[in-house]
Amino acid sequence: MNGFQLFLQQLAVICRKEILAIWKDKATRLIIVVPCVILGFLFGYAANYNLEDAPYALLDQSHSRESADLAAAIEATPFFHRHVTLQNASQIGRYLDDGEVVMAVSIPPDFASRLAKGETAPVQVITDGRNTMIAGQASSYTARIISRYNARRTGRRSPVTVQTRTWFNPNQTTRWFFLPGIIGLLSFAQVFLLSGLSVAREREEGTFEQILVAPVAPQVILIGKAVPPLIVGFIQCTILFLISRLWFQVPFAGSVVTFYVAIFFYVLSSTGLGLTLSSISKNMQQVLVYVIVTMIPMALLSGIITPVSNMPDFLQILTYADPLRFGLELIRRIYLEGLTLGQLAWNFVPLIVIAAVSLSTAGYMFRHNLS
Amino acid sequence: MEEYIIRAEQLNKVFPLKKGQTVEALKSLDLTVKQGGLTAIIGPDGAGKTTFMRLVAGLMRPTGGRLTVLGLDSVQGAGEIQTRISYMPQKFGLYEDLTVQENMDLYADLHGVPAQTRPARFDKLLTMMGLERFTGRLAGKLSGGMKQKLGLACTLVRSPELLLLDEPTVGVDPLSRRELWEILKEFVRDENLTVLVNTAYMNEAALCGQVYVLHKGALLAHGTPDDLRAIAAGRCYSCTPPPGEPTRILQAHLIDDTDHVVDAVPKGGDVHFILQEGVASAPYLDAHGIAARPVASDLEDGFMVLLHRAETEILPPVEEGDDVLDKGGRPTDKVSITVRDLVKKFGDFTAVAHTSFEVHEGEVFGLLGPNGAGKTTTFKMLCGLLPATSGFLSVAGVDLHVARTQARANVGYVAQKFSLYGNLTVRDNLEFFAGIYGLPPKRRRERIGQVVREFFLEDRLDMRAGDLPGGYKQRLSMACALMHEPKILFLDEPTSGIDPLTRRNFWRQITSLAAKGTTIIITTHFMEEAEYCDRFMIQDNGRMLAIGAPSEIRRQLGREGADMDDIFMAIVEQARAKGEGPA
Repeated sequence: MNGFQLFLQQLAVICRKEILAIWKDKATRLIIVVPCVILGFLFGYAANYNLEDAPYALLDQSHSRESADLAAAIEATPFFHRHVTLQNASQIGRYLDDGEVVMAVSIPPDFASRLAKGETAPVQVITDGRNTMIAGQASSYTARIISRYNARRTGRRSPVTVQTRTWFNPNQTTRWFFLPGIIGLLSFAQVFLLSGLSVAREREEGTFEQILVAPVAPQVILIGKAVPPLIVGFIQCTILFLISRLWFQVPFAGSVVTFYVAIFFYVLSSTGLGLTLSSISKNMQQVLVYVIVTMIPMALLSGIITPVSNMPDFLQILTYADPLRFGLELIRRIYLEGLTLGQLAWNFVPLIVIAAVSLSTAGYMFRHNLS
Repeated sequence: MEEYIIRAEQLNKVFPLKKGQTVEALKSLDLTVKQGGLTAIIGPDGAGKTTFMRLVAGLMRPTGGRLTVLGLDSVQGAGEIQTRISYMPQKFGLYEDLTVQENMDLYADLHGVPAQTRPARFDKLLTMMGLERFTGRLAGKLSGGMKQKLGLACTLVRSPELLLLDEPTVGVDPLSRRELWEILKEFVRDENLTVLVNTAYMNEAALCGQVYVLHKGALLAHGTPDDLRAIAAGRCYSCTPPPGEPTRILQAHLIDDTDHVVDAVPKGGDVHFILQEGVASAPYLDAHGIAARPVASDLEDGFMVLLHRAETEILPPVEEGDDVLDKGGRPTDKVSITVRDLVKKFGDFTAVAHTSFEVHEGEVFGLLGPNGAGKTTTFKMLCGLLPATSGFLSVAGVDLHVARTQARANVGYVAQKFSLYGNLTVRDNLEFFAGIYGLPPKRRRERIGQVVREFFLEDRLDMRAGDLPGGYKQRLSMACALMHEPKILFLDEPTSGIDPLTRRNFWRQITSLAAKGTTIIITTHFMEEAEYCDRFMIQDNGRMLAIGAPSEIRRQLGREGADMDDIFMAIVEQARAKGEGPA
């Protein structure tokens, strides 16, 4: 048997064993599919920054036709419904404090008379700043509603108008932004954990020593250990992709081949990080602690919550070691923008570097982290 | 007052397994313990010894039958029983990061020992245990024997009415074991303590007033040690192997002859064997003109006769040509392993100190010593699983830690605990190891077929390896390690936790392997297993105390015919006299 045949044979038996070990354990089998499906639907429905039918409070001290028109204009949109009509200004605090309404609109007593005189009439919009995202959206939506009300009332267009078009997501649906991100985030969590536990579990059970005393090259062990998480990563990405595409009908602008090429390098770098973690840990418990401690910062630095460009410089540099950052960007841009591999080439560089460094470290540590 | 401290009548305990199966841990057990003195329960692993002890301590409910302890029902009176007894489980909960003194204080607090009685009690305990000089030492830094003594001291911070000890001396060196038993006997004498002890060591059971023999949850026999000795009386013999032949060869010939021989073990350079009932002599000895001398039976002989009677599934003798044992390879002069001045340190702790030895091709070489002596560490360095701190080592011509991958094809390794894939089947495990050892497909099928026959695995091929009974697990580990027919086989504590019959069968297989020319290196904390080795080395606290053939070492010490426990104690005492013994 020549060296290459031996290499292939050993690789095949290690892969087969790894896959059998995952497959024969009912718990692991469920963990690969169930949480990913549940979370896919959960995020699709629950993660939504768009205002839909949000409660607001109206304090109308003008009691005029004009003020009633304004309230009607607000309520005619799908964004707000009137939760309560207030009698005096002192009531505003209570409703906002309790979070019963996201916003209060206060129309002063002289509203109609000022308008009649052709003066400007201030309308106060009070929002709940504890959730800046909602507060910002509520006030900007209201401002747009009021400017449309103005235009209609005066019958005259203001000389400069703003025509906003949001590319790739014309209605600014949060779901469109979130679901492609979730494909990357959830598959990362699973692949990171699965590969993280793989060597640590074998070390704990003593089987890793059996492999180390056998004439198997570290490269074979490494590839054998990386293949199953790669497969699991592909399965999960596919499940989430289908949920997003078919159930939530988020349109897919890119090519499937490009998408899977990106997924490959992304999952490979995640596997590398997981295996590194696994190779330096003594037991599974230690791996779990590491995973919990590193997951949140990695998610934060990825830019899925806040844009990377808003971070201070030193944190921006740190994001280069985070496969989530480039992976999520790749997935989202291929998904929503339909970019091609050529256009995204630079995004692959950090992923390939992370994969190369982490996989070599893991391979080295297999034999050198022994106690 | 109740006459018995413990009284079990028709006691049953059933544990549920998965898929609606159950296992009977205790079957209609009748057992009584009287006030004062020592009572032992002996039996192989899985006999139900620990289960019974936990029932007595009120930690579990019996499934059926009655159990009274100190006149109280073990379920209703569990709370009160627990305040009046002391229980030292197999793995006693010492706080390794606390000092000896702090551990004692903690247990005294837990048991509510009044402050004024403490100084006198602590003083007595520490002096008896020989721990008075170490009160400031962390419990984690004590040797295995001292840990057990501290455990006993913590258990005895107050005077209980009943003391339960679950295998208090497993893996502890023979010297500490003897000391622990001296202490126990003293307590029984001074405080009229009642002690129930589980043990796997027959010489310990022989020190007790009453002995109960359990096997697979059923009581096989009970009585005084003399009663049990009498079971094998008149059937025990000893014979001396021809000069220059390893003791294990003659032992193998005798134990294979199941028609005439119940059991045979190497002992003190001779072979000690028990004839079947109504049999006058062993044909093999007659045919070869070897004389058999009748000897007095001991407790172990009685125990082995009982086990053979009860055990229905005894493995058939190893199938091989008649001449394999006699014409097979003998140790040669060729060196297959060299170790010179090997040192391994973990931080400031020296696990292995300046050890040198050589192992010859075809030899069975034993590494003996109590738990924590440095055997496993030495082993892992030999197998290339740990880098040495300093020193030279070579296995089949290379240092496996740095050698090329292919060099490892020369060795097979069986780790201390079961280390195969528990959720894969026996067949999957065999195929995995055949595959990573690089056997070509055709050869793979052949070898799997061979090892399956050799190690009697046919009937469990499709069972999950994790669900196998202990003996099968051990044989599967051997089968996997021998898949590629290595020249050198490393076995780390292969016989701990397996029953005596399985141990006999294991050593019989080692004898065959050695006869076929495999070099075998084996660690064990059962000192008597050194008798199967061509040469062995004794380690304690990381240091090498003695090395040589069993007969050589006996001669050097002037103790011909002595058993291995005595040899170990003599060596340690000699080392201590030179001022370098264990602290």
